[in-house]
Amino acid sequence: MTVSDVAIQEAPARVDSRRRWRMFSDRFAAVLLCVAAMSSVAITCGIVAVLVFESIPFFAHVGLGTFLTDTEWIPLFANPRFGILPLVAGTLVTTVIALAVAMPVGTVIAIYLSEFAPHRLREILKPVLELLSAVPTVVYGYFALLFVTPLLQKVIPDLPTFNMLGAGIVMGIMIIPYVSSLSEDAMRGVPRLLREGAYAMGANKILTALKVVYPAALSGIGSSYVLGISRAVGETMIVAIAAGQQPNLTCNPTEQGATITAFIVQVSQGDLPHGTIGYQSIFAAGVVLFAMTLVFNIAGYRLRKRFREAY
Amino acid sequence: MRTIQQTVALRVRQDRWFQVFGVLCTLLGVATLCALLGNLMIDGLGRIDWGFLTSFPSRRWAEAGILAPLVGTLLVMLVTAAVAVPLGIAAGVYLEEYALKNRLTAIVEVNIANLAGVPSIIYGLMALGVFVYAFGFGHSILTAGLTLGCLILPIVIVATREALRTIPRSIREASYALGATKWETVRHHLLPYSTGGIATGIIIGLSRAIGETAPLVTIGALAYIAFLPDSPVTTEFPFVSFSWLGSDFTVLPMQMFNWVSRPDPAFQVNAAATGVVLIAITLTMNALAIVVRYRMRRSIKW
Repeated sequence: MTVSDVAIQEAPARVDSRRRWRMFSDRFAAVLLCVAAMSSVAITCGIVAVLVFESIPFFAHVGLGTFLTDTEWIPLFANPRFGILPLVAGTLVTTVIALAVAMPVGTVIAIYLSEFAPHRLREILKPVLELLSAVPTVVYGYFALLFVTPLLQKVIPDLPTFNMLGAGIVMGIMIIPYVSSLSEDAMRGVPRLLREGAYAMGANKILTALKVVYPAALSGIGSSYVLGISRAVGETMIVAIAAGQQPNLTCNPTEQGATITAFIVQVSQGDLPHGTIGYQSIFAAGVVLFAMTLVFNIAGYRLRKRFREAY
Repeated sequence: MRTIQQTVALRVRQDRWFQVFGVLCTLLGVATLCALLGNLMIDGLGRIDWGFLTSFPSRRWAEAGILAPLVGTLLVMLVTAAVAVPLGIAAGVYLEEYALKNRLTAIVEVNIANLAGVPSIIYGLMALGVFVYAFGFGHSILTAGLTLGCLILPIVIVATREALRTIPRSIREASYALGATKWETVRHHLLPYSTGGIATGIIIGLSRAIGETAPLVTIGALAYIAFLPDSPVTTEFPFVSFSWLGSDFTVLPMQMFNWVSRPDPAFQVNAAATGVVLIAITLTMNALAIVVRYRMRRSIKW
């Protein structure tokens, strides 16, 4: 027998076992990867389960009507009151201020970067702006409390140390890159032909940007706004540090106020025993927060998908 | 009636004005970043010395240091990476390469998009209910690492998927044509070619995790820690120990939050110094991510 004959005779068995191993590892990997993908679903289930189970006793004790309509939130006092409205008011006021900063500035930056800025400048500016969202929020809190608020106090002399205005403005600056980055991507996705058409009709760049590109990219830009809202609603450390922690049913941004997130932080800092009504109240507040952001997140996802499919 | 020259001149002027306006808005962002960094450095840079980096917290501000939070941050990040990196890459590969276009996949995709937008403090509440009480891990490094791992999981998944999406179909077909199984294609071709993109995502995710405060406050992490966890490396066999996982801890942003909240301004100097260290770490990581992304874009040409 020659060497090659031996090889041929032995080959089937070896090839067979190797083949079986390869098939097995292929199957096994597929199952493992699938399990990993499902872990994200498990996290969501965990979040929903915890929020529901920990807040059921709270709602059994307080009642949904009182929770939604009472105008005071003092869960840790001897005579506790559980009305979520002051916390929702604080959240809305800071969110509106943040958006009033982030939406216009972010949109103008996006238009500038996508339609006007030369390529090289854009490549530099985009990462620099994105650093704004990389700064830890606790540092922003410090900045709001010890830099922005003193600055604002020069304009509004009787502004308290803790106020929603400063916190909201800083939050808005933090959100700028979310808006500008996503909006710019959306506008750059608009086909060149549409712009050429506008130029051919005699439009200048800014008219083209505002009347052609902006409407064409609207669902993408809208999704950036919606995600910005979701960020602002869920932002915690800036408001916990700079807006004060006193629940306050007001629309006046120059007063101090507590957001839903700031309340959760405030309660968690103290040592609250598991199972008390105060402990359960942070989960009830969490349910409201989760519901608010869920609506915005899903809306943003839908809008983004639509603009991806458009062209 | 305006002449055509006047109209043209007007249009050109409009463009110029907007250009100025756009630059101003962009500068507003850049200027804020500079003001923030400058303010922090003026307040805190003078406080940073060897003693500050190697001391435990103290009631006297001048003796307080950030040794415990530095070590805590490092150990928590180890756990975070150990959770988020394998899970995130695996989930990304599954969704991009394996998943069928069906209802289940659609649900998982919406779910990940939503998770990416869930406020970090909600992860903290989840961790409080699941890890701290249901699993009984307490306020330990393990709990913190798991929490932050869940938090950055969507970032790693999205980065993995985007990196895989840039690999042309022909690479996969070539691999199958040579008889490779799907898993072999993933392992020997797709993962190596997408390393740059995945690494960028991991760095960005970890830099976000380092700065997170809210979920750790929620799980009840203590701010005053005057000891170090057990060392992960021991002198006796088997040379590694996992008892540090169950240890109490604090991290840099927690320590900063604690000092910022004190009325005594001297402690706010400590907070600023901690902020300088924290921001130096996160900005370095982001710069690293930009460099990795840039080099990857240059090196790969399909």
